[in-house]
Amino acid sequence: MEMSEAIVLAGSAVGAGLAMIAGIGPGIGEGYAVGKACEAIARQPEASGAVTRTMFVGCAVAESTGIYGLIIALLLIFLKPFT
Amino acid sequence: MAILAIPKVLQGPEELSVDGPKVIKTFDIFGFQINFTETVVLEWIVIGVILLAAFLLTRNLKVRNVSKRQAIAEMAVEAITNLVRDTMGKRWLWFTPYIASVFCFSIFGSLISLFGVRAVTSDFSVLLSWAAVTFILITATKIRYGGIGGYLKGFVDPIPVMLPINILSEVSTPAAMALRHFGNIAGGSIIMGLIYYGLANLSHMIHLQVPVLTVGLPAVLSLYFDLFSDFMQAFIFIMLTMVFISNAGPADDEAPQTN
Repeated sequence: MEMSEAIVLAGSAVGAGLAMIAGIGPGIGEGYAVGKACEAIARQPEASGAVTRTMFVGCAVAESTGIYGLIIALLLIFLKPFT
Repeated sequence: MAILAIPKVLQGPEELSVDGPKVIKTFDIFGFQINFTETVVLEWIVIGVILLAAFLLTRNLKVRNVSKRQAIAEMAVEAITNLVRDTMGKRWLWFTPYIASVFCFSIFGSLISLFGVRAVTSDFSVLLSWAAVTFILITATKIRYGGIGGYLKGFVDPIPVMLPINILSEVSTPAAMALRHFGNIAGGSIIMGLIYYGLANLSHMIHLQVPVLTVGLPAVLSLYFDLFSDFMQAFIFIMLTMVFISNAGPADDEAPQTN
C-alpha cells in the first residue's frame, strides 16, 4: 500500500471516530426529554398517551444530528471517498 | 488441521463488505442509466404480502358474529384512525389510508430483513421518494389553504432577509426525514454485520471451527436493531408526515369547510 493511501485511510478512520462525537448531543438531549416526559406522566397519568407520542417525535428530531454523524462515519469507513 | 470438513456456510462470515443493493439489470432510457435493483424486487414482494394480508383480513365481513380475522382488521383500522384523528384533527381523517399504507410498507419493508435479505428501507432512494411524497403533500396543502401567493409569501416571512433560511428549512424537512429513517435502518444492519463478523473472528481466534460465539448475543441485539427500531422508525415517519401536513394548513377552528 502506498504511503499516501495509508495516511488517507488512517485519516478516514480517525475522522469516522471523531464524527461519532456527534452522538453526545442527542444522548444528553434525549435523556433530558425522556426524564421530563416521566415527570409529566407522574404528574398527569391520564395524559400519558399524548406525552409519550410527543416525546417520541421529539426524540426522533433530536436524534437527527446524531444520525448525520453516523452517516458521515459510515461514508468515511465504507465508501472511502478520499482514496 | 480440521478432522471433519466443516461446511462453508457454518464457518461464519469471512470478510466484511458493505455494498448498496445489487443491480440486476441496467436500462438505458434517454441517456439516463436506470438501475433495476434488488430493492425493486423486494418492494414488489412487500406489496404482494400487504395486498394478500389486506385481502385475507377483509373477506366475508359481517356485522354480527364477528370472526377473529375481522376483529384483527377492525383493531388495526381503528388504531390507525384514532392516531390520525388525535394527531391531525378530524378534518384530516381522509389521510388515513395514505398514512396506513406508508406505515405498513415501512414496517414490512424493514422486517423483510429478518429473512436474510436486504431491508427495503436500507436503500436511500426508497426513503427519499417517500419523503418527496410528503414534501409534495405539504406544498399542496400550503397552496390549497393559502393560494399560490400565500405560499410564495411564506418564504419572505417575517422579513425578506430570511428567504435563504426559509428555502433551506423547506428542503431540509424531507431530507432529514429520509436520512433519519435510512440512517437508523442501514446503521443498525451495519452494526449487526460488524457484531457477527467480530464474534466469528473471536471464535476463530480461540480455535473453534464453528463460530459458536455468534449464537445468543446477536439475537438479543437484533430485538433492538431489527424489531424495535423498525417499528419506531415507521411510527416516527408517519408521525412527522402527519404533523408537517397538518401544520401546513390552518388551525382546526378557523378552517374553511371543504367537504
